[in-house]
Amino acid sequence: MVRKDLLDIASLDRGDIEHLLDQSVPFKELFTRSVKKVPALKGKSVLMLFYEPSTRTHSSFEVAAKRLSADVTNFDVAHSSITKGESVRETVETLQAMRTDYIIVRHGRSGLPGMIARQTRASVINAGDGAHAHPTQALLDAFTIKEKFPDPTGKKVLIVGDILHSRVARSTSTILKKLGIDVAYLGPGSLVPRMGPENIRRFTDYQEAMAWSPDVVYLLRVQMERQDVQFFPSIREYHKLYGVTDARLDEIRKRGLYIMHPGPVNRGVELCDAVMDYERSLINDQVENGIAVRMAVLYWLKPGVAAGKE
Amino acid sequence: MERTFTAEDIAAGVERLAQAIRAKHIGQPIALVGIRSRGDEVAERVLTLLSAEDHWDLSFGVLDISLYRDDFEHLHENPSLQESDIPFSVDGAHIILVDDVLFTGRTIRAALDALSDYGRPASVELAVLIDRGHREMPIQPNYVGILLDTCRHDHVWVSLVGSDGVDQIQIVAKENP
Repeated sequence: MVRKDLLDIASLDRGDIEHLLDQSVPFKELFTRSVKKVPALKGKSVLMLFYEPSTRTHSSFEVAAKRLSADVTNFDVAHSSITKGESVRETVETLQAMRTDYIIVRHGRSGLPGMIARQTRASVINAGDGAHAHPTQALLDAFTIKEKFPDPTGKKVLIVGDILHSRVARSTSTILKKLGIDVAYLGPGSLVPRMGPENIRRFTDYQEAMAWSPDVVYLLRVQMERQDVQFFPSIREYHKLYGVTDARLDEIRKRGLYIMHPGPVNRGVELCDAVMDYERSLINDQVENGIAVRMAVLYWLKPGVAAGKE
Repeated sequence: MERTFTAEDIAAGVERLAQAIRAKHIGQPIALVGIRSRGDEVAERVLTLLSAEDHWDLSFGVLDISLYRDDFEHLHENPSLQESDIPFSVDGAHIILVDDVLFTGRTIRAALDALSDYGRPASVELAVLIDRGHREMPIQPNYVGILLDTCRHDHVWVSLVGSDGVDQIQIVAKENP
């Protein structure tokens, strides 16, 4: 199906997801060439509109767009008229007048990329909105898992940490379920929502979660900046109860489990230093795959298809 | 109006390509690079025939040119990508690009661009199973299997066993071009 925007995973069907994952393979193959760039989006413009700080997602999208030969402009929110009180709507009208082809948006408010998508002919890609969705993260996670398990049906992924505030947990568990992968959550009772999908198991005890025998342990970042209300007593206690400590890494190694993390890592919180050298850590694969997947998304979307038609 | 070519005609065309390449290059290292899709299958068949010779250094690769097409704007949906596979060093290589049908020449233009992103070949030649004419670019083949007289708007459908289950060429004339 031809789409203008990518706003969330929920609106993609399994066929779309499989197509995007398959299409990411030839893009990843380009990274082994001496010339990593292809002319597919030559003359197209990509605008990065990030209202929230981001280093990884931002640079990953930028590299992806540049490897497709698109021109990338950063709409520098910190120095823009937005700080002078310009509304998002006015900003989007400005961007529309600039005839941008693709807009990559990150915003703290859920649903804002969708609102922008309805107002512009440009293709809008959601790079994270509030606690709602982060579809390209989900795609790169699924791609990374499929590289290790070509037929992932029935595999088990344990997502650990602050599920409640995490758009990554939401989008990634949605995509994994759509691919037939079993998902469970582990975290403090205050951070694992009781509401939500019925078919996802919830654990608050680490050993119980291990007894479920997952194939992948997916650690979420503890969002220090969102801990203004205390959801757990202390960082040290969180590490002790849910972090990958040296002792737990030994057990993970014995069981041959893969470890994933969306980054940036808080060392000594979600995981200990030794995890960075663990042979089954997929954290760097996730970074590399993120570029390939985002290239596939940019290549797949069609700017200018009637707005709202998805 | 419709014309059809059979498996025998295709085999004869492939044999003609192999003979001409053999006559010119025997003993010299060359690399056959097939253009997806179907060009790769033609290249494989030529390679099989050439491999009958002893002591001949032959390399083989496959190129997907979707990302280099110049008609991106006009497509409703972007073409599905497949992997390219160039397992040898392109720098200094003598390369023969292989495709099923040569028409406007735009595919070959794109393939030359793609190839140059892998390195700088010593030479590039072009072998096509079918040359149907009507070029829009200054591109000519070095080796031709079957020369077809067609009108600009005719459709030339090539089916090969590997992609389509059968070897056949159909030329369908368009009623009102």
